[in-house]
Amino acid sequence: MIERIKVGMASCGIAAGADEVKDFLDQKLKDREDIEILEVGCIGHCYAEPLVEVETESGSVFFENVEPTEEYLDKILEIDKESTMSFRDERTGREHLKVTKLAGRIDPVSLQEYIENGGYESLKKVAKMSPDKIVEEVKTSGLRGRGGGGFPTGLKWSFLASKEADKKILICNADEGDPGAFMDRSMMESVPHQVIEGMLIAALATGSNELFIYARAEYPLAVKNMNIAIEQVYDSDINVFDGETIDVTVKEGAGAFVCGEETAMIHSLEGNRGNPRYRPPYPTDEGYKGHPTLINNVETFANVPIIFEEGGEKYAELGTENSKGTKLFALAGDLKYAGLVEVPMGLTIGEVVYDMGGAERGEVKAVQIGGPSGGCIPAKHFDVPIDYDSLESLGAIMGSGGLIVIGSGRCMVETARYFLEFTTKESCGKCTFCRIGTKRMLETLERITSGEGTLEDIDFLEDLGPKVIDASLCGLGQTAPNPVLSTLRYFKDEYLAHVEDKHCPALQCNDLVDIYLDQEICIECGQCIKNCPVDAISDDFVVDNETCTRCNTCIEVCPVDAISRVKRGDTNE
Amino acid sequence: MEVIKSLEKDRSNLIKAIQMVQEEYGYISDKSIENISEYFGIPTVEVEGVLSFYAQFKRTAPGEYKIAVCDGTACHIKGSSRVKNWLVEDLGIDDGETTEDGLFSMETVACLGCCSLAPVVSINGKVYGKLDREKLLKIIDDYRNRGEN
Ligand SMILES: Cc1cc2nc3c(=O)[nH]c(=O)nc-3n(C[C@H](O)[C@H](O)[C@H](O)COP(=O)(O)O)c2cc1C
Ligand code: SF4
Ligand code: SF4
Ligand code: SF4
Ligand code: FES
Ligand code: FES
Repeated sequence: MIERIKVGMASCGIAAGADEVKDFLDQKLKDREDIEILEVGCIGHCYAEPLVEVETESGSVFFENVEPTEEYLDKILEIDKESTMSFRDERTGREHLKVTKLAGRIDPVSLQEYIENGGYESLKKVAKMSPDKIVEEVKTSGLRGRGGGGFPTGLKWSFLASKEADKKILICNADEGDPGAFMDRSMMESVPHQVIEGMLIAALATGSNELFIYARAEYPLAVKNMNIAIEQVYDSDINVFDGETIDVTVKEGAGAFVCGEETAMIHSLEGNRGNPRYRPPYPTDEGYKGHPTLINNVETFANVPIIFEEGGEKYAELGTENSKGTKLFALAGDLKYAGLVEVPMGLTIGEVVYDMGGAERGEVKAVQIGGPSGGCIPAKHFDVPIDYDSLESLGAIMGSGGLIVIGSGRCMVETARYFLEFTTKESCGKCTFCRIGTKRMLETLERITSGEGTLEDIDFLEDLGPKVIDASLCGLGQTAPNPVLSTLRYFKDEYLAHVEDKHCPALQCNDLVDIYLDQEICIECGQCIKNCPVDAISDDFVVDNETCTRCNTCIEVCPVDAISRVKRGDTNE
Repeated sequence: MEVIKSLEKDRSNLIKAIQMVQEEYGYISDKSIENISEYFGIPTVEVEGVLSFYAQFKRTAPGEYKIAVCDGTACHIKGSSRVKNWLVEDLGIDDGETTEDGLFSMETVACLGCCSLAPVVSINGKVYGKLDREKLLKIIDDYRNRGEN
């Protein structure tokens, strides 16, 4: 007997077509009062979207890549065992669902469901504890900030707790700036109450009375769900302690990466340009409108209720010496099973990328971890455990959880150029080395990818990188050179090939590539000629590489793969 | 300023106010800046200074269909520059521009949070993933025809 049908409707589910599936099911099953159809968040298996879970009295089954058709409806209603999704042991055997255990399993905007599943129990417990005890418990857990820096959370809380002030501010950093990461979005969309519970616990521990969630502008659904959850919290007086209300407000960012930095975020919240400022004074001394202020990341807050559910000591059992608990990773790029995973600290990169993500061994060149502040780790180091210290020793960082798999067909110089372009654009311009230095590095990388680089250019990058790091005020400039320095460290041969042989080994850099039409294979269908936007292919099937823009359209439309990218000048073989 | 009159006249609401105005009119005109400046009692140059800092704010009218091409890391790896080129060819506009008929505007953005479906674009907030050329051009065509009907 089917009790409930749950459709995964986080942003990525909707993008994959879950809203059409939901509408279709609503329409077809509108007379079935015995079946409840529910929108839920994300269980992290993005590759299988749209994803439908069918709850029966004997448990749940899942259907993947569901389409809004009668055929799928029948399968779902019959609970056709043949068609249900099987979860791969390679993933389920390694993941450890703690922080995300309710994500995608409950209605995100049902307070009742969150409570039925143990929600706000931790807050109740904490409300009976002294602030010192709460902070102590978080210290015991070993929790470190999940926003990138890895600062011990309990210690940070103790700084704010020790301040005497009428007003203390707590900010949830939901700016999720790493372009290629979506852990925080998913958590806010799927379990907004868990984030709020973590924040309220932090408020009790530190004596904060005004709470903000600074959310990224591109996350409308996350903002919506957080706001609904906050309203429910107000309606049920969950944020009232001894007659005092703790205010919680969502503030939307406006598209500036640097606002993820703490002091910039505070300026932005105050209604100013988001320029970072020199620290000290630290925000816990002087923050939002001068009040002592503490900033933690979404995932950090989402961990907090778990600590009080199981106790700090138990929490600390999972993980490695200096990295406790689990970490969420947003897996994307060149792999089969893209999605969100939660793994215990200490798992190796290889286990995550190959086993859980289904990337092909031998087909992967590197992973990019930590986004624009992070680095690339080459496949030969994939046996390294994921913890704060090990990743740093490789010239990368834990970062906030973006994990992009880079396949063997991608150019690492171009990847470095991409990140530099990003940071150059996002630099607030206050420090000379960050503003001009990143720009010079970008220009140098552009010279290399266009085949005009020299060996001196490579030396220049190696020399300027550390200087930018040293002379920058905030984390943006201090980490901007990392993607360049880490690719130089592990993929120098690719830089050299661009410079010395004018060759992009991945055949990605357009200026170093020609388009070659192999007339032996061509069946003269004319598709390429018809689709070329600049008429670069002649009637007798020769590509004019002077005119060609390397747009790849002909390669995509050719039915027999007669056209390919080759090293520049290699068109006459 | 009708749209922002629910806001408390506190500087910390300035960005919210600009967002609300943009939500209403699609962009921020000189007139809007004056109105916002008056509402909060902040000089117009300062309002301009704040809004110019943030990529979200537009000073020119966008198209009826606002296309955001994701150039986050995952989409970049999966060929977002090609996606952009296909649009440049099809629409005849570049980053930040609007078609002459006012139907489409295009801008590149960093990550729409649907990286697992890379490459993606969004049109008026609706995200389309796993794009290839044919799929993208069909989506654009559908919007175009919608405009004509
Ligand atoms: C340029 C820059 C961007 C940042 N972006 C983010 C972000 O998007 N999300 C985040 O949680 N932390 C970000 N951080 C780190 C925060 O400044 C801060 O360390 C963090 O939110 C603290 O929370 P945690 O201790 O819970 O990790 C960024 C830092 C810098 C320098
Ligand atoms: S390092 Fe860059 S982003 Fe940070 S304050 Fe300096 S110029 Fe601005
Ligand atoms: S790559 Fe593009 S421009 Fe060049 S020949 Fe092919 S279709 Fe024409
Ligand atoms: S599309 Fe391919 S097969 Fe057809 S004419 Fe072009 S090269 Fe030949
Ligand atoms: S399934 Fe939710 S992030 Fe993709
Ligand atoms: S990188 Fe494009 S959606 Fe994240």
